[in-house]
Amino acid sequence: MATLGQIDVRPPKGVRPPIIGPGQTFGTVTDRIAGIVLTKHTPVFWILVVALCLAIFGMFNTAVGYLLFKGVGIWGINIPVGWGFAIVNFVWWIGIGHAGTLISAILLLFKQGWRTSINRFAEAMTIFAVMQAGLFPLLHTGRPWLAAYWLFPIPLTMGVWPQFRSPLIWDVFAVSTYFTVSFLFWGIGLIPDFANLRDSAKTLVVRRIYGMLAMGWRGSARHWNRYETAYMLLAGLATPLVLSVHSVVSLDFAVSVVPGWHTTFFPPYFVAGAIYSGFAMVLMLAIPFRYLYGMQDFITLRHLQNCGKLMLATGQIVAYSYAMEMFIGWYSNDRYELAMVNNRLHGPYSHYYYMLILCNILIPQSLWFNSIRSTPWRLFVVSVVVNTGMWLERFVIVVMSLQRDYIPTSWGMYWYTKWDMMIFVGTWGFFTLLFFIFIRVMPPISIFEMRSLLPQAKVKE
Amino acid sequence: MTAAPIYGLMAEFETPTELVHAAKGAYDAGYRKMDTYTPYPLEEAAEAIGAHHNRVSLIVLVGAMLGMIGGYALEYWVSVINYPINVGGKPFHSWPAFIPVTFECAVLGASLAAVFGMLALNGLPQPYHPVFNSPNFVRASRDRFFLCIESQDPRFSVSDTRKLLESFNPDEITEVPY
Repeated sequence: MATLGQIDVRPPKGVRPPIIGPGQTFGTVTDRIAGIVLTKHTPVFWILVVALCLAIFGMFNTAVGYLLFKGVGIWGINIPVGWGFAIVNFVWWIGIGHAGTLISAILLLFKQGWRTSINRFAEAMTIFAVMQAGLFPLLHTGRPWLAAYWLFPIPLTMGVWPQFRSPLIWDVFAVSTYFTVSFLFWGIGLIPDFANLRDSAKTLVVRRIYGMLAMGWRGSARHWNRYETAYMLLAGLATPLVLSVHSVVSLDFAVSVVPGWHTTFFPPYFVAGAIYSGFAMVLMLAIPFRYLYGMQDFITLRHLQNCGKLMLATGQIVAYSYAMEMFIGWYSNDRYELAMVNNRLHGPYSHYYYMLILCNILIPQSLWFNSIRSTPWRLFVVSVVVNTGMWLERFVIVVMSLQRDYIPTSWGMYWYTKWDMMIFVGTWGFFTLLFFIFIRVMPPISIFEMRSLLPQAKVKE
Repeated sequence: MTAAPIYGLMAEFETPTELVHAAKGAYDAGYRKMDTYTPYPLEEAAEAIGAHHNRVSLIVLVGAMLGMIGGYALEYWVSVINYPINVGGKPFHSWPAFIPVTFECAVLGASLAAVFGMLALNGLPQPYHPVFNSPNFVRASRDRFFLCIESQDPRFSVSDTRKLLESFNPDEITEVPY
């Protein structure tokens, strides 16, 4: 049995680690995972992290308050770079949100049993990341309270409606649908676990709260039957959805005629990058979580290795996309596309581009080695590097294309301000805060799905 | 002596195999109003009690159609009828541009139908249910497998049904009061 803070022992060459530690029963699985939530002793590190996140969240609120008071002029955006940090961060966060649904839906349809122990918190990660993402376009409007009728088709006496030919409106529908469906997927998965917490709770108040959330779930065969159908259908629906969301985000760029944006291969390029950064974030959360809570029996080295492999695979697609981006720019023989290529390699922001190649292509090649994939701290470092690289990618796409378009007289530079930075860092704090609250009050690993993974869960003929 | 009416007889098993065996046996003996309670989805149990068909898929299809038609109709009404704006000479009814939102609305409608349809068919939220009166039933969400034959079944009789359940060697049989 794994204990708190245990260091992993790498299995001998040729042996794959199991997806669930040996010696587990229905009871031990339940107690270990439900114990994280039902314990009276809040861990010290939890209190410290939440305190730090609350401080960052306070900074975030200060920056947002000042932004709403003064307007978006406190940010570094101006003509020609009108999108800046807000859109860079929006695309970055929404990309991170993609791994959750990929793990819960696509890997479910492909019957990848190992997804079970990481799907719950990956879904939570998705929801919280999409929340952070959604903040940026809202704040970027400057007047979020008016954004309701700019973004959504709301009948008003003004008789004004959104422009449905614009990808920005497609984006509103894609992101809000994605948030809703991710939330439903997460919520439906939690119902049987809430029933378990209701039945294991030691105090009346806790039992009542989880009882209400469980909605009277009793594990009836008829209920499970409908539940499984609904769950599989949701997975089938979420699969094209997750591919559509970042495709639509990429159309925000591709439908315009800005050099460097106006390309048809943006949708798959963006989706691959999204999954890449999403798996990096899953690892950034899973590695400390399993270590701090002693969950090495449930999130084993096998899970980390598989996430590493998926990162490697999507990283190669991303590398190919970078190559094609430059190749097509050159091959088009269009002077503006050529200028864009030149600007990336030799322009004022070229160091961002070289950093991006280093972070997203060169360093992740280390994932070819089993010694990297099987050592949690090394995998953690690679994940941080990848997420940095993905942020740089969005910076390169957004800022470097906008700063120099067709007419040199309208070229300009972009400098972010401290308010940009405070809001960006603030969303990290907000995200981590939500995540830590989540692992304290809800089972971070799906208990009922873990039970069904056990060998004794099978009916013997 | 007239006994107080009971909801049914509940048998508790330690393994899924025993439960499925018992459920099959009870079904073969002619019982229909019964249910199994398991801590994780057990397809074999649903099949054993003849409950492996459901109408969730149909509801999801209806939800998807409604979402799709609703999304497209909204775009058409806004862009063609109520608020026509000439954008770069494009036709008011520029249907290719309407596809992404139509798709998202179809997925949204289908997903909402899947979750709320499933809950509605299951009769949830349900604040009270008699099976929770069974003393050991808290373990149905943990590590035990239950079969409950309900008193509503025409073949139900406390003594005969108990005898049948005993033949499956359960750990315990309890009467479930209303």
